[in-house]
Amino acid sequence: MERIEVLKTYKIFIGGQFPRTESGRYYPLKLKNNMTVNVSLSSRKDFRNAVIAARGAFSGWSARAAFNRGQILYRIAEMLEGRKEQFLEELKQLGYTPAAAKKEVEQSIDRLVYYAGWCDKYQQLFSSVNPVATSHFNFSVPEPMGVVAILADESSALLGLVSVIAPAIAGGNTCIVLASESKPTCSITFAEVIATSDVPGGVVNIVTGNRKELHSHFSSHMDVNAIINCNSEKDFNKTIGENASLNVKRVFTWNKNWSDEKEQGPYFITDLQEIKTTWHPIENIGVSGIKY
Amino acid sequence: MAKKEPKKLEYFTDWKYAPSPEATDHIRLQKQYDLFINGKFVKPNSGKYFDTINPATEEKISSIAEANDKDVDSAVKAARGAYDKTWSKMPAKERAKYIYRIARLIQERARELSVIETLDGGKSIRESRDIDVPLAANHFFYYAGWADKLEYAFPNRHPKSLGVAGQVIPWNFPLLMAAWKIAPALATGNTVVLKPAETTSLTALKLAEIIQESGLPDGVVNIITGHGPVGASMVNHKDINKIAFTGSTNVGKWIQKAVAGTDKKLTLELGGKAANIIFEDAPINQAVEGIINGIFFNQGHVCCAGSRLFVQESVAEEVIRKLKDRLETLIVGDPLDKNTDIGAINSKMQLNKINEYLKIGVNDGAEMYQSSCTIPKKGFFVRPTLFLNTSQSHRISQEEIFGPVLAIQTFRTIEEVIEKANNIPYGLSAGVWTDKGSRIFNLTSKLRAGVVWANTYNKFDPTSPFGGYKESGFGREGGLHGLMPYLKF
Repeated sequence: MERIEVLKTYKIFIGGQFPRTESGRYYPLKLKNNMTVNVSLSSRKDFRNAVIAARGAFSGWSARAAFNRGQILYRIAEMLEGRKEQFLEELKQLGYTPAAAKKEVEQSIDRLVYYAGWCDKYQQLFSSVNPVATSHFNFSVPEPMGVVAILADESSALLGLVSVIAPAIAGGNTCIVLASESKPTCSITFAEVIATSDVPGGVVNIVTGNRKELHSHFSSHMDVNAIINCNSEKDFNKTIGENASLNVKRVFTWNKNWSDEKEQGPYFITDLQEIKTTWHPIENIGVSGIKY
Repeated sequence: MAKKEPKKLEYFTDWKYAPSPEATDHIRLQKQYDLFINGKFVKPNSGKYFDTINPATEEKISSIAEANDKDVDSAVKAARGAYDKTWSKMPAKERAKYIYRIARLIQERARELSVIETLDGGKSIRESRDIDVPLAANHFFYYAGWADKLEYAFPNRHPKSLGVAGQVIPWNFPLLMAAWKIAPALATGNTVVLKPAETTSLTALKLAEIIQESGLPDGVVNIITGHGPVGASMVNHKDINKIAFTGSTNVGKWIQKAVAGTDKKLTLELGGKAANIIFEDAPINQAVEGIINGIFFNQGHVCCAGSRLFVQESVAEEVIRKLKDRLETLIVGDPLDKNTDIGAINSKMQLNKINEYLKIGVNDGAEMYQSSCTIPKKGFFVRPTLFLNTSQSHRISQEEIFGPVLAIQTFRTIEEVIEKANNIPYGLSAGVWTDKGSRIFNLTSKLRAGVVWANTYNKFDPTSPFGGYKESGFGREGGLHGLMPYLKF
């Protein structure tokens, strides 16, 4: 008799662990092979748990050496490259052609490598030593904002997810991402990649569910510092913007075509950075007295 | 009331350090090494080989090929061919992936490289394992990331590669210097001909193996070995676009003269005679550690070594007493022993030079103080040495010794120490020890040196530019600034 395949239960990813939604709810997703996946319909409570995990991970992650963050992002790329076949198959089940699937995975890997490189470089481009007129050493450096909530691109199964997670964590933030509702399976498999890449638990949290239900919770939570919407729903954006004002969240609409090579760059990192300026006295200033 | 005797460190104890040698049985070395040209190891045109020895035992490790003008020419041709055919045409992000691979392979083979570095060069295994090799890997990682981001580094300038870079490196940090040279050159799209120093070719040749394993297209990196004339031949080669040299100021001056009137771009990282300045409000115990690290790191074979100590008079007695105490605890000997602080002097020639300077110091009237440690009978070793009562005019205060020898002067005022620190042809680095931040920034703005360490010393990082003022050379390696010497705009 033919061997029966073992099917995977798709869960969500919070604090480095893979629970199902606390709500017990699901939504069915029919794959191209006619199998059905019961995707977690995450609740407000799941999101709130994820924020706790993300906040808990923030001090450790943001304090990591930039170089170390770069090594870890590069590790994610290595892990993804090694599991390429699995993603190709999963993308196919979501309706991608083989060529489109290949492009999606390869661009995702390259994008991770790209942002791995930025981890210890954006500071050098966006910091400054400010020549103030008084006798002070005055410098400004970027620092991560904190916890970032992201509503990922609905149209992309993997690249849209990677393109927003990478710049957020490259800059030392932690995040909670709502995956594409219609293409959620790859996001959970990507969470497995993250879980095996030395990314500390809680740095990246991925939930699946309904954007209509969750966007107001994502934007109203008082312990979230920034919110990114990668979709173009006008009325959602209004709600998100209004809710964000509750605690002055930074709001970004990154409604991008992520397969365009131009939609990567240090500005995706700096969007999620604060600038800190430090003043320090200098005993006396000037180059008088230098004779050599 | 009687003056209290100052507390003295107690060394006299029954506890001794047991030998803790690093294993060498996993090291694979060939009896003979050829030149790495166009992706292959090829015999030198001269047919000649020279011995590379372990300076701690004076035993031969392997034979190294001696390149001549013809070999230099074929290496340059290979580099030019690779530049024209593949490397300059490859998308930057793919170029980056090769450099990342090299970084990973160095990490994977880190222990092997550390042991070979120590065997061939004499530095303590603790330093090659914890500093040289990890920093070399990190340097490749860092510059790999720049390859496809150069437009951001130099906005509106459309940076372009130069072509073939000829790179000549010294024997004090063999693998690390190779990384400092090769990584930015590749990231910016150049191809490379590199010559390691004749006493320390092995890790560069191991790097050649790694480069082969990485699949880097043939000819992108060529490594040729030999003595001074090989470097001279590279400097004079007509088809090299850029010369990068780290080494002595004398050779640097010769190179600058040799490339005068050509279109070759040049960077020089030359000698130093750094002032390490201790103010009375400094955390004294930390400062003493900083002085020790500043001058005895890598046997003092460091261009940025803190070889001139300036101590404020009010704390001079205490600092010097503690320094002498600390000197006594340094373990000099087998570089492969994990407890060793100071390993072997790199070569007989360098040992002679250091001993010559010890004589000069004494003859000039300075007071020599050495650790009472025993040093091995075989191999090239020297006791860590302090010179007290030196003055600015002493040769040991003016000239680079490149060994574990510290010249100590005192000072009273900040103006005085700035004057003394700057009054020297060199300007590579300096150290400042004080609890007062505002004083640090005063000093960093007045010291004419490319790197200033405040309350620390001898710190290196791929993101941090390194290089000198004045006769310590020009151009920077490391960081964003380290890209510039390999680009045209």
